[in-house]
Amino acid sequence: MNDDASTFVAPPPHPGGSFWLPVQGSTKAPEVDSLFHFITGISLFFFVLIVGLIVWFLIQYRRRPGIEPQPSPHHNTVLELSWSILPSLLLVVMFYRGFTSYMDMRTPPDGAMEINVNAKKWSWLFTYSNGWGEPELHVPRDVPVTLVMTSEDVIHSLFIPAFRVKMDVVPGRYTKLWFNATEVGEFTLFCTEYCGTRHSDMLAKVVVHDSVAEYQQWLEKASDPYTDQDGQPRPLAEVGAMFYTKRGCIQCHSTDGSAKTGPTFKGTFGTTQKMTDGTDVVIDENYVRESILNPMAKVRGGFRPVMPTFQGQLKDQDIGAIIAYMKSLK
Amino acid sequence: MATILDPAIGAGGEDSPVDNYLTHTHGWKSWAFTLDHKRIGMMYLVGVTSAFLLGGIFALLLRAELFTPGPTIPLVSHDMYNQLFTLHGAVMTFLFIIPGIPAAQGNFILPIMLGAKDVAFPRMNLCSFYLWLGGAVFFLAALFLGGLDTGWTFYTPYSITTNTAVVSATMGAFILGFSSIFTGLNFIVTVHTLRPPGMTWFRMPLFLWAIYGTAIIQVLATPVLGITLMLLMAERIMGIGIFDPALGGDPVLYQHFFWFYSHPAVYIMILPAMGVISELMSTFSRKPIFGYRFIAMSSLAIALLGFLVWGHHMFTSGQSQMSAIVFSALTFSVAIPSAIKVFNWLATMYKGSISLATPMCYALSFLFLFTIGGLTGLYLGSLSTDIQLHDTYFVVAHFHYVMVGGTLMAFLGGVFYWWPKMTGKLYDEFWGQIAAWIVFVGFNLTFFPQFVMGSRGMPRRYYNYLPEFEFYHKMSTIGAFLLGVGLFIALWVLLKSLKSGAKAPANPWGSATLEWQCSSPPPHDNFSHTPTVGDPYDLESTVYDPKLGGYKKIASPAPAH
Ligand code: HEC
Ligand SMILES: [Cu+2]
Repeated sequence: MNDDASTFVAPPPHPGGSFWLPVQGSTKAPEVDSLFHFITGISLFFFVLIVGLIVWFLIQYRRRPGIEPQPSPHHNTVLELSWSILPSLLLVVMFYRGFTSYMDMRTPPDGAMEINVNAKKWSWLFTYSNGWGEPELHVPRDVPVTLVMTSEDVIHSLFIPAFRVKMDVVPGRYTKLWFNATEVGEFTLFCTEYCGTRHSDMLAKVVVHDSVAEYQQWLEKASDPYTDQDGQPRPLAEVGAMFYTKRGCIQCHSTDGSAKTGPTFKGTFGTTQKMTDGTDVVIDENYVRESILNPMAKVRGGFRPVMPTFQGQLKDQDIGAIIAYMKSLK
Repeated sequence: MATILDPAIGAGGEDSPVDNYLTHTHGWKSWAFTLDHKRIGMMYLVGVTSAFLLGGIFALLLRAELFTPGPTIPLVSHDMYNQLFTLHGAVMTFLFIIPGIPAAQGNFILPIMLGAKDVAFPRMNLCSFYLWLGGAVFFLAALFLGGLDTGWTFYTPYSITTNTAVVSATMGAFILGFSSIFTGLNFIVTVHTLRPPGMTWFRMPLFLWAIYGTAIIQVLATPVLGITLMLLMAERIMGIGIFDPALGGDPVLYQHFFWFYSHPAVYIMILPAMGVISELMSTFSRKPIFGYRFIAMSSLAIALLGFLVWGHHMFTSGQSQMSAIVFSALTFSVAIPSAIKVFNWLATMYKGSISLATPMCYALSFLFLFTIGGLTGLYLGSLSTDIQLHDTYFVVAHFHYVMVGGTLMAFLGGVFYWWPKMTGKLYDEFWGQIAAWIVFVGFNLTFFPQFVMGSRGMPRRYYNYLPEFEFYHKMSTIGAFLLGVGLFIALWVLLKSLKSGAKAPANPWGSATLEWQCSSPPPHDNFSHTPTVGDPYDLESTVYDPKLGGYKKIASPAPAH
């Protein structure tokens, strides 16, 4: 099994943040952080009190020859009730603050911008309003965004530390999460529900654009991979290479001849290969198309049937581009 | 009732009977088929310690792998790493920490402390040990049948789809569940029926209250785990569609079932530890425990409230907002009885005569670490901060502070405390203390940095990680090896005492509970005559006798209460 490092290139850690917490990148962060620091204050108070007493007692009442323990009461109901009840009042405050900010987090404002999220082992796909899908999450600043999320295989969880948001992504149902980004720049999104081999590589970049206009501009350009910046058609293999990285094939298929979770793309096109059921199959256009749309139909010998389907996510034209790319990998 | 000076019991070491439970019968069969709770306890002790060693090796391997952000040590690939953390967690929880204190120390100590000759059902007790062994075999089999990579939580649908040995491992956990139920049932019945005259409920040492509370959880919660694991196996083997969304099942339902057991199980792990600490704080401060009734009742409160908070493991699972809120509120309510205990232990030290013998070093470590573990639980019980911290290293650090800083410290404290009773040998006090301090420093170095990286966003169960977390991981790995060194020294101190330790007196620490009234090691049937039961924390009833090297009982004019 291949065990190389993650292929994800993380944006440099954002400056700012405190000792305990990362930079505040959304409208929720200040509220969550203030509760965090409130609890830290209370915890420090009790910690210092308890450890201070331990140390004091250790010094004052350490065992010395000839000195007997001094009498003191074995219980004191008033004292015991007060150290049960007074801290409880603090707990009520804590609970209440956690509860109100949580309700806020779970209630998306009306008219928020929606982005669909598809999680699968081990990549993310963010589908924007015009139907275009990207492995990066792009959002405009100061606009509430709701993510409508589902998983195609096991449970994943979407976590953006800078935004202080997290929600599980569950197969067979939709979960929602919303935020309003306040900082322009790049952040990291993690999968935080263990999901198998490359769980730790299931990261994505979050890009916050300065304005809705800038975001729209990006989306327009991104959704037309077949044309380059100058409006000229791109070579098909180059487009295929883009799909290869952006749709997560790269997680399981190498282009250098080494086997990862799936077989390499290098030099396979046109060859004849054994399937798990023993038959020989030529790796041609039809086989590749079938492998992408219905991966379980024929499974390459020596590999596990874990490839997810890309039905509905890759159009025929896109598959054509991938085939062109595979052909180019001699 | 006045404590009567009984020469046969009170005189301690010098005329302890030659016949003790170790020498009573000979040959391997006398152990394999023993019905003696002390021998079963010792077999459990060896068993759980071996499991701890195995789980510890997994931990060191995975910490070594995390020394750098990418692949670090040869052979530990993504998949291998996923197996390591799974096996570390599964072995430590199911094979070590759940049976650790109740089955090993509880078995040995509970009947003697109670003043009984054995547990209520000795055969069932032996059966429980063999079930433990059987469960362990299934776990080890899983290692060789393709390993296990689901995390110790076996979350669906991943656990249904992975091709590792899930069925063997869950079968193991299922069998271990029965072992735990048998132990719990036995203890409940023993406490109810075998108390000698004079041992009223409120004369029971707090260790017994804690074990009793634990036993209630074991009996009530473990069957739920059994059913859950059965359903999981049925799902994997037959595809019945309970948890698999592709078949109309609900994967989140599994999490409810699982935590319905596993949250109370957290209290199976920590309650007995609290019991041990109550004994240690009192004995080594030479003070009656402060607020006995509050501590006893808080054990029961924790046992009962512990059933109502499982949903706090699922705040980000998509569960309804209503249930998240209710679970958060209930979670805060369990914080109270735990805090009560900490304050009571502190008050016990007040005006005492505090000795820093090895068991007390562990007890003080417990107090320090459990305080941190408990306080950091507040961040996780509060809804909006939990959203940030859930499934990050903050949680990893939190439960290690509670489970290792709490339960392991108490387990070690208990082992050192009762070692002279169990083996009849005194260990090297100097090296015992050195080991305890290395363990304390190593532990903090391992887990404190994990709080910081967790709240900064480092997710748990990651093989590769971003370079910004490297510093914290490096400290953590160094700490883990230091912790390992400390634990090995502790083990060596104990093993060495078996060979060259001085003979232990009946009551080396001056405790007033009943197990210190019989000789060290205890005779086959614990007491030659039914012991007289006094106040378990009347430490003034024992005085140091240099001739014995230990304490002896004096006639006390009147009971303290
Ligand atoms: C989760 C890992 C994974 C991902 C992601 C993945 N594949 Fe695969 N793929 C596999 C595995 C494993 C096989 C071999 C088993 C089989 O044939 O189903 C495979 C087989 C194939 C084959 C057949 C190759 C051969 O030599 O037999 C093609 C073509 C293919 N994948 C294309 C893709 C493309 C295109 C993408 C991205 C859009 C992709 N895969 C994403 C795991 C993956
Ligand atoms: Cu995932």
